[in-house]
Amino acid sequence: MSSGFHIVVCGSLVPDPLQTLEPIAGPAGPALKNEMMLPSVLDPWAAHALYEAAHLAKTAAGSKVWLVSLGPKAKLQQLMMTIAQKAPFELVVVDGSASGFTDPFEAAAALASAIEKIPGLDRSRLLVFGGCASASRDASVTMQMIGEQLGIADQFLGVDELTVQPSGAFKVLERIEGGQYQASECAGAPAVLAWATGNLPEPPNNPQVGMANMRGIMPALQKAQPAKVGAEGVTFAKVELPQQKRETRIVKDVPVEEIAKEIITWIKG
Amino acid sequence: MEKILYLAHTQPDGTLPKIAFEVLSAALELTQKLSGATLSAGLIGGDVQTAANAIAGAGAAKILGVAGPDFASSRYASDAEALQVLIRQSGATLVIAPATSRFSRAMPGAAYRLNGRTDTHVSGFETDGGKLSIQRWYYRQRMMATMTRTTRPWILLMDSGVFQPWQGKTGTASVELVPVALTEKAKRTQVLGFQAPAVSQQTIRPDAELLFVAGAGWTKKQSDGQTHVKEAEQLILDFLAKTQASLGSSKSLVDQSTEGAAVLSCLSHLNQVGQTGSTPRHPKGLATCCHGEEPHVVGWRFINERRAVNLDPNCGWAQGKADVLYVADAFQVMKKVNELAGKECVVQAK
Ligand SMILES: Cc1cc2nc3c(=O)[nH]c(=O)nc-3n(C[C@H](O)[C@H](O)[C@H](O)COP(=O)(O)OP(=O)(O)OC[C@H]3O[C@@H](n4cnc5c(N)ncnc54)[C@H](O)[C@@H]3O)c2cc1C
Repeated sequence: MSSGFHIVVCGSLVPDPLQTLEPIAGPAGPALKNEMMLPSVLDPWAAHALYEAAHLAKTAAGSKVWLVSLGPKAKLQQLMMTIAQKAPFELVVVDGSASGFTDPFEAAAALASAIEKIPGLDRSRLLVFGGCASASRDASVTMQMIGEQLGIADQFLGVDELTVQPSGAFKVLERIEGGQYQASECAGAPAVLAWATGNLPEPPNNPQVGMANMRGIMPALQKAQPAKVGAEGVTFAKVELPQQKRETRIVKDVPVEEIAKEIITWIKG
Repeated sequence: MEKILYLAHTQPDGTLPKIAFEVLSAALELTQKLSGATLSAGLIGGDVQTAANAIAGAGAAKILGVAGPDFASSRYASDAEALQVLIRQSGATLVIAPATSRFSRAMPGAAYRLNGRTDTHVSGFETDGGKLSIQRWYYRQRMMATMTRTTRPWILLMDSGVFQPWQGKTGTASVELVPVALTEKAKRTQVLGFQAPAVSQQTIRPDAELLFVAGAGWTKKQSDGQTHVKEAEQLILDFLAKTQASLGSSKSLVDQSTEGAAVLSCLSHLNQVGQTGSTPRHPKGLATCCHGEEPHVVGWRFINERRAVNLDPNCGWAQGKADVLYVADAFQVMKKVNELAGKECVVQAK
């Protein structure tokens, strides 16, 4: 693979998983309480996709990585402070809602249109990466719809491993039922890969990478195209937090043998 | 009036997976509750006759099929096309199908080609006033929405464990085979087969009665100032062998392998439960050495009876989430459990 890949990673922000989330009725449908104030992180599975993209770009000479993010641009600007030092990428911003209650069909259309407009993108060596599900909408459908709009026939969901051969063909491991993988071989780009956790740890912060990214990030935020992303045709009757509080019996200062016996009686049912 | 299409695909041996029968129950219930609705079925596989015979008694007005070597295995391009053709041919307004990995990958593509909409992780529905509303989770099982759509076809991928499997008699079905022409572009991917993750043994058992969740505490320094990773692994594997439980893990524990720390060789990322892991369904769950919100809240979302073992009585996420919290040393407790359990201790569901 002499010319490398053009890797577009689709990933946006989600509320930090350690935050308490509360649904409220907003003017345009359900929303989260204090949504604009909640600290955000890069959507975890999309973050894995970004790390895998950076790793692949390093190993396949001539490759380049773009990060295409759909979200409110002020919040994306904050997010970039934390992720710009992780991996080299060129940012493309689509300024719109990152709410989980928007429809994936609309989010996919906005993202695919932004990808179509990337100057110099070579669609014959395009790999579209993203997470296998978002931590907000959790639909596992957005990447496939982006691929459809871009006319990409080879798509993979729940990817943990990508091995590229010198010819440009690649082998993919996808998560399937029962803790197994399906192994497939694809003739080469273009393809869509929606990642699960992959095999790489979170890269350490690299200030040099951060500096290089920042040069492109501010202009990208300024150029951000607004996108109207909603949920046409959808009516939410209600959104509720599950009432899950249990009365926990605390067993303390009890001999281990007694605890073990109680556990066995319980599991034997 | 809704035209409902139930879709399923075969397993490599030509039979249908359990979730396909669960979703058939859902499709039948939906057809009954939506007045005037009709039900047909569509099957995809190398050969769909065995599968069709298995659902012959369900009462679908007709059974459509897409069959042949190109449809024997799970590949996006061929599956998306087959699904699109089946849905179009049936004229369905509502499609109901199991959320298998195969359909989860391909169905959104079919929905796109039909200008339809798809909802995934559907865990229930209501039909008040003859109008369908579905329930689905948002923000990784943190909140539940009840919603409806006007766009058709509306395609629902149902989660497993929500409906009881349909248990009607096998019959002899007549299948209307629908031809699907694939371009060369649709055949650029070849499925090579299945592969187990690189772990010492397979510990994920989706049908187990008990989920055993291991947290990072198992690899942390203990009261003697040392770590006991080998011992931890042995205790956990002994317990799994005796109970046939499925093994789940917190993110912290599985992440240790990518971070280069001493790890449990039986674990891979596939074991992880929680926000960036799975949310398995089991009747019982036992969390050990976990502190986090994720294993106790999201990873446990679909676990009915829950118990936890932790040294820390203030383990905030066990409190309010578990039915019982044993404040004790998990090494000692699990050692004793394994001793007392004898050779086998098969877990019973209530
Ligand atoms: C973006 C993002 C995504 C995340 N996704 C997930 C996810 O999918 N799944 C997930 O689990 N977490 C997830 N997390 C949360 C995170 O990784 C948590 O920190 C982690 O789950 C907590 O790990 P833990 O419960 O194993 O253990 P720790 O927080 O490390 O706690 C160890 C516990 O073990 C106990 N212990 C130690 N020794 C013993 C002993 N001998 N006997 C009994 N108890 C003992 C200690 O008292 C302590 O409570 C996510 C976080 C982020 C930011």
